[in-house]
Amino acid sequence: MAIASRLLVGAVGLALVATGCGSTPTNPRAEGGTSADCAAYSAYGKHDGKKVSVYSPIRDAEADLFQQNWKQFEKCTGMKITYEGTGEFEAQIQVRSDGGNPPDLAFFPQPGLLARFAKAGKLKPAPAEVKTLAEQGWSKDWLDYGTVDGTFYAAPLGASVKSFVWYSPSTFQEKGWQVPKTWDELMTLTETIAASGVKPWCAGIESGEATGWPATDWIEDVILRELGPEEYDRWVAHELKFNDPKVVAAVDKVGAILKNDKYVNGGYGPVKSIASTAFQEGGVPITTGKCAMHRQASFYANFWPEGTKVAQDGDVFAFYLPGKDASSKPVLGAGEFVAAFADRPEVKAFQRFLATADHANARMKLGTYVSANKGVDLANAQNPIDKLSMEMLRDPATVFRFDGSDLMPAAVGSGTFWKGMTDWINGKDTKTVLDFIDASWPTS
Amino acid sequence: MDFDLAAESPKLTQLLIGVVAFLAVVGLVLLLLDRAPMRQKARLHAAILLAPAVVLLAIGLVVPAVRTTLLSFMSGDGSGFVGLDNYVWMFTQLEAVTVLRNTLIWLVLMPVLVTAIGLVYAVIVDRSRFESLAKTLVFLPMAISFVGAGIIWKFVYAYRPEGADQIGLLNQIVVWFGGEPRQWLLDPPLNTLFLIVVMVWIQAGFATVVLSAAIKGIPSDIVEAARLDGAGPAQMFFRVTLPSIRPAVIVVLVTQSIGTLKLFDIVRTMTGGQFDTSVIANEMYNQAFRYGETGKGAALAVFLFVLVTPIVAYQIRTRRALR
Repeated sequence: MAIASRLLVGAVGLALVATGCGSTPTNPRAEGGTSADCAAYSAYGKHDGKKVSVYSPIRDAEADLFQQNWKQFEKCTGMKITYEGTGEFEAQIQVRSDGGNPPDLAFFPQPGLLARFAKAGKLKPAPAEVKTLAEQGWSKDWLDYGTVDGTFYAAPLGASVKSFVWYSPSTFQEKGWQVPKTWDELMTLTETIAASGVKPWCAGIESGEATGWPATDWIEDVILRELGPEEYDRWVAHELKFNDPKVVAAVDKVGAILKNDKYVNGGYGPVKSIASTAFQEGGVPITTGKCAMHRQASFYANFWPEGTKVAQDGDVFAFYLPGKDASSKPVLGAGEFVAAFADRPEVKAFQRFLATADHANARMKLGTYVSANKGVDLANAQNPIDKLSMEMLRDPATVFRFDGSDLMPAAVGSGTFWKGMTDWINGKDTKTVLDFIDASWPTS
Repeated sequence: MDFDLAAESPKLTQLLIGVVAFLAVVGLVLLLLDRAPMRQKARLHAAILLAPAVVLLAIGLVVPAVRTTLLSFMSGDGSGFVGLDNYVWMFTQLEAVTVLRNTLIWLVLMPVLVTAIGLVYAVIVDRSRFESLAKTLVFLPMAISFVGAGIIWKFVYAYRPEGADQIGLLNQIVVWFGGEPRQWLLDPPLNTLFLIVVMVWIQAGFATVVLSAAIKGIPSDIVEAARLDGAGPAQMFFRVTLPSIRPAVIVVLVTQSIGTLKLFDIVRTMTGGQFDTSVIANEMYNQAFRYGETGKGAALAVFLFVLVTPIVAYQIRTRRALR
């Protein structure tokens, strides 16, 4: 799949280069600044020979699309953007920063981590133009995640919606199963599917050193539904303890699905196999009918085997993970934030470009991408899930909450919470695991 | 992706400056050495020659060690002193205690297993017709990095549900014998043993080669005398071979113990420290770099240092005794 998408990206890139060169046939490099293509970039100024380094957790095909999207900007402003994607962002950004070798810009996927760097005085506050753009483009929730102690540091970049359940519309239609509207309907459906001999759920939480995060998403989604957004915020801030009976009940509600051998893990084995199944492969058995549902974020659209049609009438699609009743629609999501370690003019210019809706629109045209920017044109969405995600994000009735583990201190959010949920899947009981996570909350 | 010489020129300049500076220092040292008065030459020469090494050791080893020790008494972000809290955490919090327990299991089993297997192998292949081939085979894994070995063995332990095609060697063997496929790396404390197997696989060749050389070094008249006295194979081994190669056995045990304490790659590649398999070095990295809990990471580092010290001291003492 990776190779195929790379080829596709390459083809798109070639097409762009071809059209780009078509308008400036002589020497695009020399003439770039003055050509008509560059009118849109004139506001960013000329930064010939300057370099901006970007460090990011986004890799492979998605990273290629980003770089593709910046080509014209680089050409017109004369600056060179060096992009580095890593699978070890959380650890290495600290190492690079401590080692005196920070990047100019970093895409932080975790507001908690961002806050740690901002508090340590490592980050530069966002330039005024970026702040203005952010206030125009994003809702207050999103701005808050980029704000630390009253200072706005980072504008959001991409977004993803996590509260999705992937399923096969054709299988559902064949068997006469209905997309559930409430949690109770979901559980009834689960029972019905299990009775038909198919494992209703698929899951996989293996993700290298990040193993466990998909399980924390499950928990967060259910806490948001069961206890409501206010309690969710208190839980994220540790005012509501992990071993509070309310939280225990919510976790057990997830356990009723994930820790039930009758309900999981289609195509892979018993409950424990969830812990060793790569999250990228978790939902794939849906395509072979080994399981029926898979709770995973919008970006899971990237992980289906080649040739799988993602659409309402296609091979796979996703429905909203229902809440207690059909009226309330809390949405769990995540995203990246662009923070700056340097404030040179070229860095500011690029930071500003990244905060625009133009950037998001152009990026969407290249491939699957979701942005919570109000200025994006939904018509640019490359697949129906992206479109649905963005509709959910901008719906005023939506109660949006950021992924809780990304907001917590890293020792919990990307440490004991992940680890605890992995142990939980692996057989430990709810109370022991939640006590353990609680005890690990940093005191300082 | 493409290498642009012009773009990289600042780095090349830096490199050039570094090389020139290095040569200048070497030149200066030699010049001083040359100018030094002939009397009390030895001491002065020693001082001049050692100075650069001492300076570098101070910068690269002593200063970081002192800083790490200080950090281990400070809070996560290094902002205030917390006394012994980090050490208390290390010995009381379940998660950290598990890490210490695992390191202990590794430390007890790994060196002993490697030495025992290496020794038995060396004795068995000694003077056999296929000795060099057999030694080559067992030494080959030494050439593979720990990460590479971890990935290879992850496939060996891979799990697929019953009925599906097994892609893991171990589970396939189990299935052939009519067993049920298992998830080897999931159940503590057994999973730590499966990880230890990987390191033993890598290191056994080293032990074999060292011990085999030592066995060959046993004077043949001793062996002959023992034979004439009617020693059986077991007696030969325990009364003659083993005492004769004792220094080599200790060298293997010590190097393996130190290597085991530093162990990081295998655990990280194969389980990421999940399922109660973490060891000190892995947890240190997690705490210090991933969780931003520098204090706890530093405390673990200091503890690791304390654990290594007696082994190193012992080795230095036995070296001295040998001389």
